[in-house]
Amino acid sequence: MNIIITIVVTALAVLYAGLFKATKALLPLTLVGLLVALGFCVTAWDTNTIYYGMMQMNNFAIAFSSLLILGTAFIFLLTENYFAKDSENVAEYYTLILFALSGGVMMVSYTNLSMLFIGLEIMSVSSYILAGIRKNNFASNEASLKYFLMGAFSTGFLLFGITLIYGATGSFSLGAINSYLVGNYKMVSPLFYPGVILMMIGMCFKVGAAPFHFWTPDVYEGSPSLITTFMSTVVKTAAFAAFIRIFAGTFAPLHDFWMPPLMVIVCLTLFIGNVTALFQKNFKRMLAYSSISHVGYLLFSLITLTSTSNNNVLLYTAAYTFASITAFAVLILVKQKTGGDDFESFNGLGKRNPLAALALTVAMLSLAGIPLTGGFMGKYLMFLNVMNQYQIYLVAFAILNALVGFYYYLRVVVAMYFKEGADVLLETPVQYKVVLILSVIITVILGVYPSVILNLI
Amino acid sequence: MEQVLLLLIFLPLVAALITAFTGNAAKHVAMVFALASLAITAAIACQFTPDASKQFVVNLPWIQSLGINFHAGIDGISLITVLLTNVLVPIIILASYQSDYKKPASFFALILFMQAGLLVVFTAMDAFLFYIGWEAALIPIYFICAIWGGKDRVRVNMKFFVYTIGGSLFMLLGIIYLYLQNPAHNFDIQAFYQLSLDPAQQGWIFWSFFIAFAIKMPVFPFHTWQPDTYTEAPAGGTMLLSGIMLKMGIYGVIRWLLPIVPAGVQDWGTTAIVLSVIGIVYASLIAFTQKNAKRLVAYSSIAHVGLISAGIFALNTQGMQGAMIQMLSHGINVVGLFFVLDIISSRLKTNTISELGGIAKVAPKLAIAFLIIVLGTVALPGTNGFIGEFLLLMGVYQFNIWAVVFAGLTIIFGAVYMLRMYQHVMLGKTNELTIGFEDIRGTETLVLVIICALIIVLGVYPKPILHLSEASVQQLLEQVNQKLTSVK
Repeated sequence: MNIIITIVVTALAVLYAGLFKATKALLPLTLVGLLVALGFCVTAWDTNTIYYGMMQMNNFAIAFSSLLILGTAFIFLLTENYFAKDSENVAEYYTLILFALSGGVMMVSYTNLSMLFIGLEIMSVSSYILAGIRKNNFASNEASLKYFLMGAFSTGFLLFGITLIYGATGSFSLGAINSYLVGNYKMVSPLFYPGVILMMIGMCFKVGAAPFHFWTPDVYEGSPSLITTFMSTVVKTAAFAAFIRIFAGTFAPLHDFWMPPLMVIVCLTLFIGNVTALFQKNFKRMLAYSSISHVGYLLFSLITLTSTSNNNVLLYTAAYTFASITAFAVLILVKQKTGGDDFESFNGLGKRNPLAALALTVAMLSLAGIPLTGGFMGKYLMFLNVMNQYQIYLVAFAILNALVGFYYYLRVVVAMYFKEGADVLLETPVQYKVVLILSVIITVILGVYPSVILNLI
Repeated sequence: MEQVLLLLIFLPLVAALITAFTGNAAKHVAMVFALASLAITAAIACQFTPDASKQFVVNLPWIQSLGINFHAGIDGISLITVLLTNVLVPIIILASYQSDYKKPASFFALILFMQAGLLVVFTAMDAFLFYIGWEAALIPIYFICAIWGGKDRVRVNMKFFVYTIGGSLFMLLGIIYLYLQNPAHNFDIQAFYQLSLDPAQQGWIFWSFFIAFAIKMPVFPFHTWQPDTYTEAPAGGTMLLSGIMLKMGIYGVIRWLLPIVPAGVQDWGTTAIVLSVIGIVYASLIAFTQKNAKRLVAYSSIAHVGLISAGIFALNTQGMQGAMIQMLSHGINVVGLFFVLDIISSRLKTNTISELGGIAKVAPKLAIAFLIIVLGTVALPGTNGFIGEFLLLMGVYQFNIWAVVFAGLTIIFGAVYMLRMYQHVMLGKTNELTIGFEDIRGTETLVLVIICALIIVLGVYPKPILHLSEASVQQLLEQVNQKLTSVK
């Protein structure tokens, strides 16, 4: 609870600082707030506090909260002068991101479906505004509108699902729903099944799994890059953690019922994400499709449901988050200098900015899943668990998709090192350097010594 | 004593990190480190007792919850490949002394990084570690070939990369499957040897491994990436690929494929031999028609590797021992060939056979060295190629007489196209292009002298090498046979 309070208080403080035009103080204030929240996460470890049956700060929640907070802090480090171009009132950007983060923390710690809904809405509504924050930009407006309409639509599905489940069980509490399932295993109310399916559809919308992914590319491309970074890392991680918290925990007794449709969704997601990413000319759009395919790999953890699923998801999302932040950070740098965000803009980056090029290479190798990076360990664990249940064809299919992934992730590496570009040096601001170096270090540590995360939860 | 192996593996890694920051002095720094590795290898070879046991074993917990250990050791088979790697890397670095690479620090750092990956592959006793090394060796060579390569390098290397990584992903599938079958839930090679899998399982695991190895070697029909990649790669890259990297595939078959899935090998080994023999004949025929000398050598390499692969799958001592010595010989010879071709192309900017001729008259020293290397490649008695090919053919003969008839054709084919190339390039009349050819000097002479010396010494007295691996090979074959009889 301290964590959420800290974040919200920070958000309000930032808003007031903005009112008094203290633009210089915004970033330090935010970072201090996030650090304090992170400190609360550390002290709350192993305490497993339950707040009035609404939220439970168990290790799962704390680990994911820490990841969300750390990711957000990294993104804030990239804000230097980023928003100042668009508007004079930058405080609202900071506040909205912090509000979204607080919603995210609720989504990873809820034990009551009403909390899930509240957290989801806090996060989503903030994200809708953030997507459209460039008021005079056509693409940004389009992104915001699409995001809002699709988001509202999917929330509808989710709510309807929750209603049906409430109708069947008479409770919003995860514990009560679970014990209902265990107690009435043979005669679960017929209302419950459509409820589960509707909730699954709602969550798939939120995480961007196919065939509910259509909003993702346009929204990601149209939003300001920094907001896209936030949406594709923090928001996605929170949504996925919420997904796994209810499906792997509460709905686990019905695994046989909801697993087959989910398997279809996984196959579609992997295929559509990878194959479409292959044909993109725009780096940002490619990242959007690749983020769809990563959801596919992540959903493997729900197909298998083992005792290590949560840890595997944590590792995967951590690897994905830091690799994506690196990729977007370099993208922002490149776009600021060259004005474009397609693959050609990266030509010759290896010469113009060796650090950024190296960091982006490591990030791409991690997203593609090359050993010694976090991305490999994440994929490996997903494959391992699926294999363990002898769904070999599914793994073979995933491997073919991973192979396609190598091709499009390497394209930007090819552009950076093997193609000649303009001979302009690209300078890296200090904060960017910090983010890039830290992300690379984290990515490599996760790949070389994943034990740091594997036994956490 | 255990620490020696850790030092051997991690020295190149540290060396790579240091070399990356040394700017134009990189080649000297890299050379010093490569020689240090060689010295450690020499020390290991001296300390090594040539029995079948694993020596210098390190076994450190790595990712305990997943049953992954840093488990490595050296037996006779490993030692040969380790020797090959650590002898060839300094030679390749020395051979790159004259070449004028942009950003030399990155180039040499990548070579050393690759060396570390290769050493992991050749010593790993943990399947996961093996896989990590397998991929870790691929990344640097991809960048070497794609940054410093020829005109068409981007497309060609993308094909190479996706091809090889595709193969290895399916190997990973096989490794995970074996891990799950293993009751101890670890990746230990001994535990994998002990698994009892039914023939159907062994069949598909055989293919999941074999495709990865066959792509690396390469065996027909998985070879299509190879000629282009070799041709477009910079000289140093070609030498690394052909000299050392393809041995990863051969080593993988010997260490992982045969003992783990012997029944799979029994069922599909014939197919593998047939593919190898087809590859031999096919590659030799294509080599005949090549106009570019570098491409010709690339195809000849496919033919030679085909013979090695056939010898291994024949599953007898002669074939296996022949493979061991031929790995070493082929590595030395092919590096020599590519180095000579690099000397020629760096001076004349061409490797097209018809444009050359008469170089022997203006560059007698090069002509002698080239001749020795070519003779080693065509397996003239008294050179290093002879003993290996002889043993390999003997091994294949015991398997099937028809296979040996076709495989034996390589020796004849090889002699014909190699000598024809030599004749067109070095002999005959000098033309306007070759008249000003400068003979070898400095480091070039040194490299060629070392290579020629190795060719002759190994040809005349191969016993120490054969002796090193003999016990390990025997044990391996016994193990395979034992497991086969127990299945029956």
